[in-house]
Amino acid sequence: MGKLYDKLVEDVRFVEGIKACFNCGTCTAICAASEFYNYDPRNIADIVQTKDDEKIEKLLKSDTIWYCGECMSCKTRCPRGNAPGLIIMALRALSQELGYFIESEKGRQQLAVKRTVGDWILKYGYCLYLEGIGTSLHPEQGPVWDWIQDNWSGVFNRLGANYKGDGPGILRKIPEESLEEIRKIFEVTGGKKRFDKIEEMSKIKAKEMNLDLKESGIDNDYCMHVYKTNNGKHNRE
Amino acid sequence: MKLEGKKAIWKDYQKEIADDKYFYVRSCVRQNFFPGSETAFLKILRDELKKDVYEHPCHTTCTGIGYHGDVVPFDTAMTVVARQFALMTESGYENLVPSCITSFGLYTEILETWHHFPETENKIREYLKKATGREFKIPKNLAHASDVIFKFRKEIAAKAKHKLINKNTGESLKVVEHIGCHYSKMFPSKGVGGAEYPYVLTGMIEEWGGEIIDYPERRHCCGFGFRQYLVQANRGYSIACSKKKFDSMEPYKPDMIITNCPGCPMFLDRWQYTIKEMEGKTYGQNGEGIPVFTYEEVAGLVLGYDPWDLGLQMHQTDCEPVLDKMGVGYDKSKKRELIINNE
Repeated sequence: MGKLYDKLVEDVRFVEGIKACFNCGTCTAICAASEFYNYDPRNIADIVQTKDDEKIEKLLKSDTIWYCGECMSCKTRCPRGNAPGLIIMALRALSQELGYFIESEKGRQQLAVKRTVGDWILKYGYCLYLEGIGTSLHPEQGPVWDWIQDNWSGVFNRLGANYKGDGPGILRKIPEESLEEIRKIFEVTGGKKRFDKIEEMSKIKAKEMNLDLKESGIDNDYCMHVYKTNNGKHNRE
Repeated sequence: MKLEGKKAIWKDYQKEIADDKYFYVRSCVRQNFFPGSETAFLKILRDELKKDVYEHPCHTTCTGIGYHGDVVPFDTAMTVVARQFALMTESGYENLVPSCITSFGLYTEILETWHHFPETENKIREYLKKATGREFKIPKNLAHASDVIFKFRKEIAAKAKHKLINKNTGESLKVVEHIGCHYSKMFPSKGVGGAEYPYVLTGMIEEWGGEIIDYPERRHCCGFGFRQYLVQANRGYSIACSKKKFDSMEPYKPDMIITNCPGCPMFLDRWQYTIKEMEGKTYGQNGEGIPVFTYEEVAGLVLGYDPWDLGLQMHQTDCEPVLDKMGVGYDKSKKRELIINNE
């Protein structure tokens, strides 16, 4: 008992996120996720405080830890200065470290986040690089987005961007030496290790689910499955 | 003079904002969705206010969306941010200004973490040295770009070509202000006005002639939620949050919404379009949507800039109703104008 709790305590965000929760429920009252999902941050604080490995492992393998939107409204209102949002971030990190994230529908989505935002960071130096990301995956972007996508460089040049250019400016080309520094930082600090773990565990799950998973990109059966699947059982009744 | 009520609370939450020599770091979301806003910010600071703003060509994402999407570990995010600090230090600047609220929140979280856990700062210094050979000084001043515009709101008002006033009725436009969650919900003392009464946008709006709407869900999240929008299966969360806000503000008949976060104006703009497509419901007047603006777009309109130089053509919910009320002139035929480089 307590081994998983000890792992959580290694994360400064966990140490800052929970000091002495007295289960008042203010976090749940203010929580944007609680209104939408069947989710209760008070319960998260309650479970981790038990230090019970069995209960924490169940949490790490569940959909529950993936419902939070990390808006951090809970941090503002907690009368004890706790932050369930920070507890969640520590739980999500541990769930990925241990490979437990593939055990839940919401957890498996981490591959889609890694193969979009994660890979864009290393390839372009931006969290978002949306040229070519159209309304088929983002219908909410509307007709204006179709127009922007069809005229990408013309729109961005019109607005003073330095699109793919050298030097400073909007959507400039990040120099290769800078990208190399970012990649080195990922190697040294554990970023690459996490990316590799997400890929490794997703491959195992894809095989188990008999879904095709290509080496890169999201245009394959497993990525589209995790990106689009919603079993409809996550919300409040 | 005795300060009472909310004014007394705001007094407690005033923050120091440097008045010149800024090291500017860009926003990933805004570069893709609101490039005109960053262009306007630099134009206002450099051309109107004659300030020194430097942008290093080698700065990158802070990884904030990856960090809050939980694919980037905290140590990695801290070291990437430490690299931005190193670029600032090497360039001879001390005042850091992020364009993005997620970045501002992450920078603040990192500086607070290092303050409370000095051993973490030492670890990150070692990581950065090992990965890049770089060293850094901690910024003397950290202010979000909206803090800087707030600081100079009176100077902007003094040059105003237009006010947030309906030119036909002479009445102030009714404005909803929406503050990005990571501006001050995590560290209230780091935002102008704190988390409960953030004054950063309200100060601009009041100075430029608008009237603030105080509505029940004023502080509710727009619904980005990082993974809750990034992954298609989760987007119900995102639109539900925005809808909750629209339903709450609708009875007050807002003329416009002003935001200070990269994602919020995009979500509040696009989810109005989506709700209209799904349910035929609109929240503005005469069957239109409520136009949504960034604070730079509004500052630019106040200063008399061309709406199409500001990038209002990239909005899905049309901005023209507000332009017409303010008396801002615009050439409809140039709304879709492009500049093609023949290279």
